[in-house]
Amino acid sequence: MNTLGQVGQIARRSILRTARQPANIIFPFVFPTALLAVTSAGLHSATKLPGFPTNSFVAFFLAFPFIQGALFATMNAGTDLARDIQSGFLNRLALTPLRGGALIVGQLAGVATLGFVQSCYYLAVGLVIGVRLASGWTGAAVLIILATSIAVAFGALGAFFALRTGSGEAVQGLFPLLFVGLFLSSMNLPRNLIEQDWFRTVATFNPISYLIEGLRSLIIAGWDWQALALAFGFAAAIAIGSLGAATWAMTLRLTRT
Amino acid sequence: MRNFFSVAFAVAWRVLHNVFTTPSLLIPGLIFPLFFFTAFAGGLSRVDNIPGFDFPDGYTAFQFVFVLLQSAAFGGVFTGFGVARDFEYGFARRLMLGAPRRTGIVLGYAMAATGRWLVTATILTVVALAVGMNVGGSGIDLVALYTLALFVNLAGAFWASGVAMRLRTVQAGPVMQLPVFLALFFAPVYVPLSLLEGWLHGVASVNPTTFLLEGGRSLISGSPEHVSVGFLVAIGLATLLSVWSWRGLKSAERAGV
Repeated sequence: MNTLGQVGQIARRSILRTARQPANIIFPFVFPTALLAVTSAGLHSATKLPGFPTNSFVAFFLAFPFIQGALFATMNAGTDLARDIQSGFLNRLALTPLRGGALIVGQLAGVATLGFVQSCYYLAVGLVIGVRLASGWTGAAVLIILATSIAVAFGALGAFFALRTGSGEAVQGLFPLLFVGLFLSSMNLPRNLIEQDWFRTVATFNPISYLIEGLRSLIIAGWDWQALALAFGFAAAIAIGSLGAATWAMTLRLTRT
Repeated sequence: MRNFFSVAFAVAWRVLHNVFTTPSLLIPGLIFPLFFFTAFAGGLSRVDNIPGFDFPDGYTAFQFVFVLLQSAAFGGVFTGFGVARDFEYGFARRLMLGAPRRTGIVLGYAMAATGRWLVTATILTVVALAVGMNVGGSGIDLVALYTLALFVNLAGAFWASGVAMRLRTVQAGPVMQLPVFLALFFAPVYVPLSLLEGWLHGVASVNPTTFLLEGGRSLISGSPEHVSVGFLVAIGLATLLSVWSWRGLKSAERAGV
């Protein structure tokens, strides 16, 4: 079987496995939507701050579920791969001609599928509650592509951690760290309105801020090419860096077996 | 009575020993409140510039009370995870066989939750004071604030242990967490009740957690209001949920654990 066929087989397994685990499906849909509801209602009055870029906090905050959903994708990809390692499935695969890269890319297919479905769902929720995208329907398509790319980038990060640690619990332990990264970003307020200097500095150096701002620009600003370039650039950088690291970790793990 | 307390102390000691010697159990309970405090008090401090925001001691103290109560509630919930683990892995069966007064088990878990939360509350308070939180309340006000949080902690522990003893699996984690999460966030978390609008204002107006938050915030600012209602809610919840937990123990006994 050629490499593409190998990727296809692993991708099919990854997608089916994701779809068959209700916890993998329910939490990425319920939690981000619940947080969107409570935070956008709770912070609606923040739109009265001078310089706030929109009069709808729910539109401003709609980028958040896309990123949080991507973090769940990280956990799913990493935990599934770690389970394969713990259960010995990877060892059995190592006896076959399967290429390490094909395994990683195939695993990420499940993440990409879930990321795509999640993005469509979050966008639909936003439209139902009255958000109108400043960038129009073309912007909606770009939004979904960007959000899916971010999910794949974080999924690759999860795969790297799984391959390095070989432990599902260790991958789960990564979630709080990523969650901290999410909260220490410009998710709640634009960076220019963050009052504390240290927080603004952290948010400025935090790549998640640029991912959020890229998504948000399509929702509230229209076509902000700089924000989009930064968001796609950081997503690509995380994806390439994580895939490289995961491939290296996979080589080490297959060597050990 | 002596048997009752000896069981309670033994269970509490065991849980505390497990928690304080296992970083993966200890760290999330310590880190999460600190990170919520940092994200909310640091990232959203500009919110106190919203017209109508009139909390006298600033946004850090305003958010501190929420995070203190949240840490108390989740300190109890995290203990519930341990109860579920004890039941799933068979330790509870041995505990039930060895305990001369089984109701002491419930008290023991609640005492452990409190011991665990006291450490979290101490660290949280030190951090809040270190970053310059203003405290307008007197010593008595602060004792009342921490006592209020203590009852919330007991309520959280009784709730989670009641769920754990009924479902007897660690997969019950979301059932323990979600209602607590919703009760906390369907309250005036980011701004005072008067600044909430729409559906959240309606929900928060009837949510008992609002009385806890408003009572706690009035205590830290030294102008107690709604404190008696707050205590009534906290004590009422702790009492009702202790019955829930006790009945959970009976349910486990009936199931033959």
